[in-house]
Amino acid sequence: MKWGQPLSLTLLVFSTTLAKPGVKNIVLVEGVRTPFLLSGTTYADLMPHDLARAALQGLLHKTSLPKDAVDYIIYGTVIQEVKTSNVAREASLGAGFSDKIPSHTVTMACISSNVAMTTGVGLITAGQCDTIVAGGVEFMSDVPIRHSRKMRKTMLALNRAKTLGQRLSLIGSIRMAHLTPELPAVAEFSTAETMGHSADRLAAAFGVTRLEQDEFALRSHTLAKQAQDAGLLSDVISFKVPGRDTVAKDNGIRPSSMEQLAKLKPAFIKPHGTVTAANSSFLTDGASAVLIMSEEKALAMGYKPKAYLRDFVFVSQDPKDQLLLGPAYGTPKVLARAGLTMDDIDVFEFHEAFAGQIMANLKALDSDWFAQTYMGRKVKVGAPAMEKFNLWGGSLSLGHPFGATGCRLVTTVAHRLLKEGGQYGLVAACAAGGQGHAMVIEAYPQ
Amino acid sequence: SLTKIKMARYSFDLSFFLARTHVNYEVKEDVAVIRMNDPNSKVNTLSVRMQNEMIEVFNEVLANDAVHSAVLISSKPGCFIAGADINMIQACNTSEEVTKLSQEGQKMFERIEKSPKPIVAAINGSCLGGGLEFAIACQYRVATKSKKTVLGTPEVMLGLLPGAGGTQRLPKMVGIPGAFDMMLTGRNIKADKAKKMGLVHQLVDPLGPGLKSPEERTIEYLEEVAIQCARGIVHKKILLTKKKGMMQKVQDYVMGIAFVRQQIYKNVNGKVMKMSKGLYPAPLKIIESVKAGLEQGPDSGYLAEAQNFGKLAMTSESNALIGLYHGQVACKKNRFGVPERPVKNLAILGAGLMGAGIAQVTVDKGIHTVLKDTTVEGLSRGQQQVYKGLNDKIKKKAITSFERDSTLSSLTGQLDYSGFEKADMVIEAVFEDINIKHRVIKEVEAVIPPHCIFATNTSALPIKDIAAASMRPEKVIGMHYFSPVDKMQLLEIITTDKTSKDTTASAVAVGLKQGKVIIVVGDGPGFYTTRCLAPMLAEAVRVLQEGVNPKKLDALTTGFGFPVGAATLADEVGIDVAAHVAEDLGKAFGSRFGGGNVDVLKTMVERGFKGRKSGKGCYVYTPGLKSKDVNPDIDDLLEKFKLTPNPSVSSDSDVQYRLVSRFVNEAVMCLQEGILNGPVEGDIGAVFGLGFPPCLGGPFRFVDTFGADKLVEKMRRYEEVYGNHFTPCQLLLDHAKDSNKRFHK
Repeated sequence: MKWGQPLSLTLLVFSTTLAKPGVKNIVLVEGVRTPFLLSGTTYADLMPHDLARAALQGLLHKTSLPKDAVDYIIYGTVIQEVKTSNVAREASLGAGFSDKIPSHTVTMACISSNVAMTTGVGLITAGQCDTIVAGGVEFMSDVPIRHSRKMRKTMLALNRAKTLGQRLSLIGSIRMAHLTPELPAVAEFSTAETMGHSADRLAAAFGVTRLEQDEFALRSHTLAKQAQDAGLLSDVISFKVPGRDTVAKDNGIRPSSMEQLAKLKPAFIKPHGTVTAANSSFLTDGASAVLIMSEEKALAMGYKPKAYLRDFVFVSQDPKDQLLLGPAYGTPKVLARAGLTMDDIDVFEFHEAFAGQIMANLKALDSDWFAQTYMGRKVKVGAPAMEKFNLWGGSLSLGHPFGATGCRLVTTVAHRLLKEGGQYGLVAACAAGGQGHAMVIEAYPQ
Repeated sequence: SLTKIKMARYSFDLSFFLARTHVNYEVKEDVAVIRMNDPNSKVNTLSVRMQNEMIEVFNEVLANDAVHSAVLISSKPGCFIAGADINMIQACNTSEEVTKLSQEGQKMFERIEKSPKPIVAAINGSCLGGGLEFAIACQYRVATKSKKTVLGTPEVMLGLLPGAGGTQRLPKMVGIPGAFDMMLTGRNIKADKAKKMGLVHQLVDPLGPGLKSPEERTIEYLEEVAIQCARGIVHKKILLTKKKGMMQKVQDYVMGIAFVRQQIYKNVNGKVMKMSKGLYPAPLKIIESVKAGLEQGPDSGYLAEAQNFGKLAMTSESNALIGLYHGQVACKKNRFGVPERPVKNLAILGAGLMGAGIAQVTVDKGIHTVLKDTTVEGLSRGQQQVYKGLNDKIKKKAITSFERDSTLSSLTGQLDYSGFEKADMVIEAVFEDINIKHRVIKEVEAVIPPHCIFATNTSALPIKDIAAASMRPEKVIGMHYFSPVDKMQLLEIITTDKTSKDTTASAVAVGLKQGKVIIVVGDGPGFYTTRCLAPMLAEAVRVLQEGVNPKKLDALTTGFGFPVGAATLADEVGIDVAAHVAEDLGKAFGSRFGGGNVDVLKTMVERGFKGRKSGKGCYVYTPGLKSKDVNPDIDDLLEKFKLTPNPSVSSDSDVQYRLVSRFVNEAVMCLQEGILNGPVEGDIGAVFGLGFPPCLGGPFRFVDTFGADKLVEKMRRYEEVYGNHFTPCQLLLDHAKDSNKRFHK
């Protein structure tokens, strides 16, 4: 060993940070979420903005943030309640924020709250704002079910009808077929394929077995249960549901056994598929919120930031055959932007849409052939080490309120970095439409 | 010991020498995976070699005690088995030989059907003809939902029948009506439909990118699923005899009634006779074979199938249809090589029926298409035609609404020449007037880049006359499409002596992309197709003038095998177009093109009887109504031009041969003059562009089969009455003189 070398290397590594000259440091001050509940349970009678409101109030409570100290509020959601299509506005008003704070709602399927956060980052970077509240909400206990197009057409014509005769003839034109309701599409619009079906094909394409998927699902539930029991899920606020009990815990965590999991029949591709109800994420109600600030502002207001939000990318690919490969495409790209390698990452939080989807993404990341054929890279970046991966459970076990998951991932990375003591974390998620997101998060020096 | 090693080496060498090249198998625990892959072809066919190796492998699989079941799969992406080897049938000289072939196939599949070890056919890609018969002899079928996966019995289209048990197994598998539908139409059935019909048991989704190429991994996945099925059958987790549903029971009961079956045979027979006019023997033999099996038991059924197969293989109809099949394959190749630059941007001038039709078959082939017209109304009509064409495909579930939208994003409609500087090819489909065409070519050449090809879609104007206005005649070519463009398969490409080879290669490449069957012909008035049609239509007009009414004329022509009667055809083409062509070609070729009085057509045009497009022609067309009545005004009109028929050449048969012989003589003359490259293209052009009877295989095959001498003899008889309209050309006379001369070997 040569004299002096180890020391200088250590120094170099220690001093590495992703701060860029001339670019503002943006920090995550706090992140909270309502308990994530299986849809149709305790939240069943609420409306989406009620959940978002609860998350916002939780954030206010936890940070003691003055209600007029926020410059802008952004929310992400997927299935929109038509009465509150700008759910960000309704929720922030209801949560008692000053009515002088503008707010808007964004949507990008399962990475909607990621977009809410990065929109905030953009506003701060552009010098427009210093303090942003971003969040996401999804409420699957009630979804907009519409009259059929034919019925809607008749009803709208009825509105315009001037004479009784016209009205009667329109009413007379209504047939049984008009009364068939239209459900929100569960399938991808461009391909008409449901996500579970695509996930099953993806798993097959990467040769992911049923056993691997069940094992991963069991791991997710087991780790989530451990984290819940150990009190690690400190982003969860308790929420007194009007007319119901106070909820303080996620209710979808159900560690089972491999034997139990093996009993389930495939849910999408029958009879030989591998994706089952137990190795897929379930329909969830929930909301999340984060407080994002410029570092100077946070320090000026006396906050102790939890983490830096660093480089991020959005990616998109073929919505038919690569619907859920966002993490595989996003990860190498964001690492390259940040100048990091897989080994530099201490904490991974990937969105678990399906166990098969996660395994497929991991295999894609670990394949030179895939990197060369589909990403134009010379070599693979490699798969994340499992001992750093989703250690407090994931969407499979904690639940996945589509619009809210992104903030949960980012907050979890920050909390895990604090708890586990690493420097860099990586968030990655897939989304309908064949899109994806990845973000590097750096621990805030404590 | 040493000897043992030597022996081993020897046997190794021997086995290497005798190694199987088409069929191999691998034992995966208890399942034998039998893989087919013809090393010499893109597709697998049931050739002698394939069959022999298959029997060998099958025997080994049966003898191997470790194997409990088998999976039959192709290693070729996009093809399971495309059918039997046609050459094998064509190599036979007697029907007995063919019957023997059929019986060998029947025997082989009988062994498969009775195999004590279940065999699962894993189907990805085309599973047609003998391939389908093989698959349905297996105990279980799994198919991919790939767009390339099609199942069917296309034998009828070659004038044959499914001769390896198909006529016997299909009715049991998919029901009598379903089986007739499959075998009599020969249509391709997609995987999901096949599942609904009961033709396959299970479907597998095609896979996208993974750790291998999607095609490779999809085949592997199919194999994995098929292996699971094979084990499932062995372990009785999958039952081969399904519990029958109520509907099935009722259906079985109904089909069990002899009277009902008789009615079905009668009904189907009637339909076939009506559609084929009795000119095609294969459908009737299919019905006969099915009936024999169902009514007299399997022994009679299989025997009938084999014997009928032998008989059909020796018919001229089958010979003609097989000739067309080979011709079609030949006309789907580009004999001019790969063009220097592929056409990525194509501009079409004129958004009429033709222009929009060309756009319709181009825009969904990954070519950016500009559709230009001079008026908003014309353009909108054309754009709507393209939209409707795609939308109709959604209704047939061929594409999704998303695919329609993304396809349409490649179509630009415009009224000016903007963007023409990026065009690689311009096809003009403006009005058939030499002056307009000259104006257009000058306008276009002012805006297009130097490499851009100018193609003109005309049905009669000589290309060299159009090219006379061009600054670069080597880039000018004729592309004669047929209406409706999205339905008619033929594209006639016309080259002048100045057209460069690369221009031709490029035009053929575009046509092939558009899915066309292509003939490339020399320049001249009417090129090939229009030139053949014109004398026949002139004769048709004469026949009308001689007092045969349009309905009767249609019946005579369809009775000869034309899919569309002569009078209806004239209405479809347009009486104005017909008049135009008759006049132009009459001028070019002189009295030989005479016959009926052109004034008949001209008068019709004057009175507004322009054919279907104007609602009246020889017939009256009522929108929404399929049946049509003869135009009542036509009688008066014809009365004015009445000719007295000569009874010696006016029998029904003579009228038919008068029409056909003029067509055929002109076709032969096109070959004689070098307009045609060869008889194959002549036959393909006549059948696919003009509806020459497919059962006759085209004018050249017709001369070979009918006998040039007999045809000349008839023509001489007509010549005596009508003069040079019927003078046989020299090449036809040469063939008449020497019976060894054949257009097709």
